[in-house]
Amino acid sequence: MATENATFSGKATTDFSEKTKRRRFIRQGFLYLFLTLWAIAVLFPFYWMILTSFKSQASYNSEQRPKFYVSAPTTENYSEAFTAVPLARYFGNTLIYTVVTTGLMMIVILLAAFAFARLQFRGKNLLFTLFLSLMMIPNELVIITNYVTITQWNLRNSFPGLILPSVTSVFYIYLLKETFEQIPDELYKAAKVDGTSDFKYLRRVMIPIARPTLVTIAILKVIECWNSYVWPRLITDKAEYFLVSNGIQEIREHGFGRDNIPAMMAAVVVISIPLILLFLIFRNKIMEGVSRGGTKA
Amino acid sequence: MKQKLRQYKAWLYLLPAILFLGVFMVYPLIDVIIYSFEEGFNFVTRTSQGTGLFNYSYVLHDPYFVQALKNTFLIVIITVPLSTGFALLLSLALTSIKPLRNLYQTVYFLPYVTNTLAVGLVFMVLFKKTAYTDGMVNLLLNAFGAPSVDFIDGPYWAKMLVMCIYTVWVVLPFKVLILTSALASVNPDYYKAARVDGTRPSRIFFRITLPMISPMLFYLVITGFIGAFKAYSDEVALFGTDLNAAGMNTMVGYVYDMLYGASGGYPSYASAAALLLFLIVLTITCINLMVSRRSVHY
Amino acid sequence: MKITLDHVTKRFPNRNKKIREDVIAVNDFTFEIPDGKLIGLLGPSGCGKSTTLNLISGLEMPTTGRIYFGETDVTDIPAEHRGVGLVFQNYALYPHLTVLDNIMFPLGNLRGSEKLTKEQMRDKAMEVAKLVQIDELTERRPKELSGGQQQRVAIARALVKMPSVLLLDEPLSNLDARLRLQTREELARIQHETGITTVFVTHDQEEAMSISDQIVVMKDGLFQQMGKPQEVYDRPDNLFVAKFLGTPPINVFEGTVKDGKLYIGDEAIFPVKLAADDSAPTEDASANASSDAAPADGRPVYVGIRPEGFLPKENGAFSLTLKKIEVMGRDTSVVATHEKAQAATIRAIIASDEAVHEKDGIVRFDIKPNKLHLFDRTTERRIDYTAL
Repeated sequence: MATENATFSGKATTDFSEKTKRRRFIRQGFLYLFLTLWAIAVLFPFYWMILTSFKSQASYNSEQRPKFYVSAPTTENYSEAFTAVPLARYFGNTLIYTVVTTGLMMIVILLAAFAFARLQFRGKNLLFTLFLSLMMIPNELVIITNYVTITQWNLRNSFPGLILPSVTSVFYIYLLKETFEQIPDELYKAAKVDGTSDFKYLRRVMIPIARPTLVTIAILKVIECWNSYVWPRLITDKAEYFLVSNGIQEIREHGFGRDNIPAMMAAVVVISIPLILLFLIFRNKIMEGVSRGGTKA
Repeated sequence: MKQKLRQYKAWLYLLPAILFLGVFMVYPLIDVIIYSFEEGFNFVTRTSQGTGLFNYSYVLHDPYFVQALKNTFLIVIITVPLSTGFALLLSLALTSIKPLRNLYQTVYFLPYVTNTLAVGLVFMVLFKKTAYTDGMVNLLLNAFGAPSVDFIDGPYWAKMLVMCIYTVWVVLPFKVLILTSALASVNPDYYKAARVDGTRPSRIFFRITLPMISPMLFYLVITGFIGAFKAYSDEVALFGTDLNAAGMNTMVGYVYDMLYGASGGYPSYASAAALLLFLIVLTITCINLMVSRRSVHY
Repeated sequence: MKITLDHVTKRFPNRNKKIREDVIAVNDFTFEIPDGKLIGLLGPSGCGKSTTLNLISGLEMPTTGRIYFGETDVTDIPAEHRGVGLVFQNYALYPHLTVLDNIMFPLGNLRGSEKLTKEQMRDKAMEVAKLVQIDELTERRPKELSGGQQQRVAIARALVKMPSVLLLDEPLSNLDARLRLQTREELARIQHETGITTVFVTHDQEEAMSISDQIVVMKDGLFQQMGKPQEVYDRPDNLFVAKFLGTPPINVFEGTVKDGKLYIGDEAIFPVKLAADDSAPTEDASANASSDAAPADGRPVYVGIRPEGFLPKENGAFSLTLKKIEVMGRDTSVVATHEKAQAATIRAIIASDEAVHEKDGIVRFDIKPNKLHLFDRTTERRIDYTAL
């Protein structure tokens, strides 16, 4: 039997806990220092773009050593961003693209997930396995033919061309099917007994119950759409169809006479704000959704 | 009759998904393999001059492809271990504090929801040396007595350094999020049991925490490899669309450049390069899975 | 090792941040756990029994009060230096380690002069594995074991350091009924063989009664009673303890003691003499106000009658309205109602060879005095009495 306890006198005990307390305190201090340093590294680019966007071009260019503050803030960069380049247009395009793509995708995946989760038909398992195996296919592989296809359909520089290839997602069908399957089958049977049609059941029962997952999927898709760059770049070469990502690249290479950094930063701020707002509002939903299976596309 | 009707209805629900996947995933998949073996395929006439391994051989001998391969491998080898290890450190620190934890978590997640092209531009401004100024980062370097370096148009190592820093900055939110939730899901009873037994912190970490989160860690390594092999838009954000000229092209970038733009119009080469990339990623993923199967026991 | 709790109180800040008041999980506990015994900490969920266990283990520090192991004050000693073994409700076995590695894990923490070689660790681990009879399974991983086997591994891991105190949190709750019976015998055997002071927590009174040398009954963070199981069952200190112990539960009636007789409703059950110190009814206003009977009408009490306290008699003193009779083989249970009963039905257990005389839906019983307990209507404390 361990008798080690008997060796502790009362005084030794208090010394012991004092020492551990001090060590804990120092340890916590280092942790916070470490965490704060990285927080600064994350926030600094944001700080810098906001700061620079309020500097006038002349004062920015005259700062041989960049200043951490702005002495004479100006909003001219923001008006410049909206007038010198069609930023509002990029914005509008991205909005249309995001809303339509997300909306269409929700319909497509809802129907498919419902069929897989609740309807009985021959070849269901085989088909679902085929669907799952498609998850392994990287976008880079199929984008080549899609580019050729869309070109041949004469859909380059058009919204259908932008939208159509991204209105299905095998992963989201899978995620939604799993959610649907957690809804007790008894509800479906009860609805059948009451004579509810499949479609009505999907609309009135499944969708409301699965709503948290649906919202998560929608938000993740919105983020993906807002940031998509590669496909829009391939399929559009006219500025009236550019999305914000392409717009930024265009601005960087041709806009504002290339050297107007403050104006570029103003454009960057404007482009970043919608998603950051969305994130701050739906913080928990987004983080939960991403940890459930989002990856940076 | 009724049975048949119900079958038919199920397929109706699936029709949109099957249609879209068929046209934009299954068909292209087959097509890209065919393209890659067709010599000199022409977009407009849809004809080729023959079949064979010509496209693969061309791609493998293209110095731009070799450069892209080298860049991609460097990015993968540097950023995957670095970002995973750093994310683990941050997550461990995050789980050991209580006040302000939510605030830090929110801040750390921010890069995930920002447009990488947009923030890339900010990084470029921070690192770039122009006629007017040496830039923020160089200012910092000078403060430590180091000379200014042009990170965007300068030497290869400098560009690679910025590239890796930016990549880590971009991929970290996802990894920190996954690891903090993995750490939080370890049953606290394990730690209590270890505490009652008087286990040293280092032993707790290596014998309990690490094995417990190892499945998630491997998941991150695997997805990290895949993601890093597909690096492209972060490069564009920093160095512009003409990555070949900057010497910073990646394999995905090579595929797109072959397809489109000033250097484009060669879908056959693009297909061959894309398939090569796919094979590399597949091999690495299989190796990863084998290693993880051997070291994750539950 | 004897364990003493001296006025121990544990408060937690309220989880609901709007409520400023702390939650008192353990309120002013004072009791002594004798050396080398098996003690059951018993109470409904949320009564603070797990907190008590954590306080003894050192995982929690008491807000006020002292804890002693033997004569040593261990209140400020952290868990790792108290020399306790702890078995968790879900066992907390490390899933990535084999059974043997799990058992050896605590030994790997020893350093300095106590450091053991691999062989010594293995020998010690095998020794306890034998003790808990899992020495055949040492190369398996926890998920390949049944719940009962996992439980033994957890006990072995707690025992391998030769702790001075072994603590078990709901050790049987994750097992199915058959295994539970088997494992609790096993637990008693292991405790007996090692002679280590063992405290276990349970909400299941049968479990606690069957194997404990002594039980401690708790409710809402308050100590209720401590004693040998049979003693506590036979002499519950208050109505809660009486109700909590025993299946089927005790039947509670509202009754009165008047003119030296115990009445339930209009019927005099038997003559009683209340113990001297408690015979004078409390005269304070609140006691009177809360009972519907005036003092002149006698002293209001709660009458608790154990199911086995009913003796069917054709002209018995106590009449109940019969609902049904359930024959269960060894004995018979009579389900009845009574207007003064607290519960909707009353259950009496009688030997199956005894006849129940029913007349116009009424059954009559005599009551065994040692199976009948009286409690004050206001304080719900036990009132000692002698049946005349």
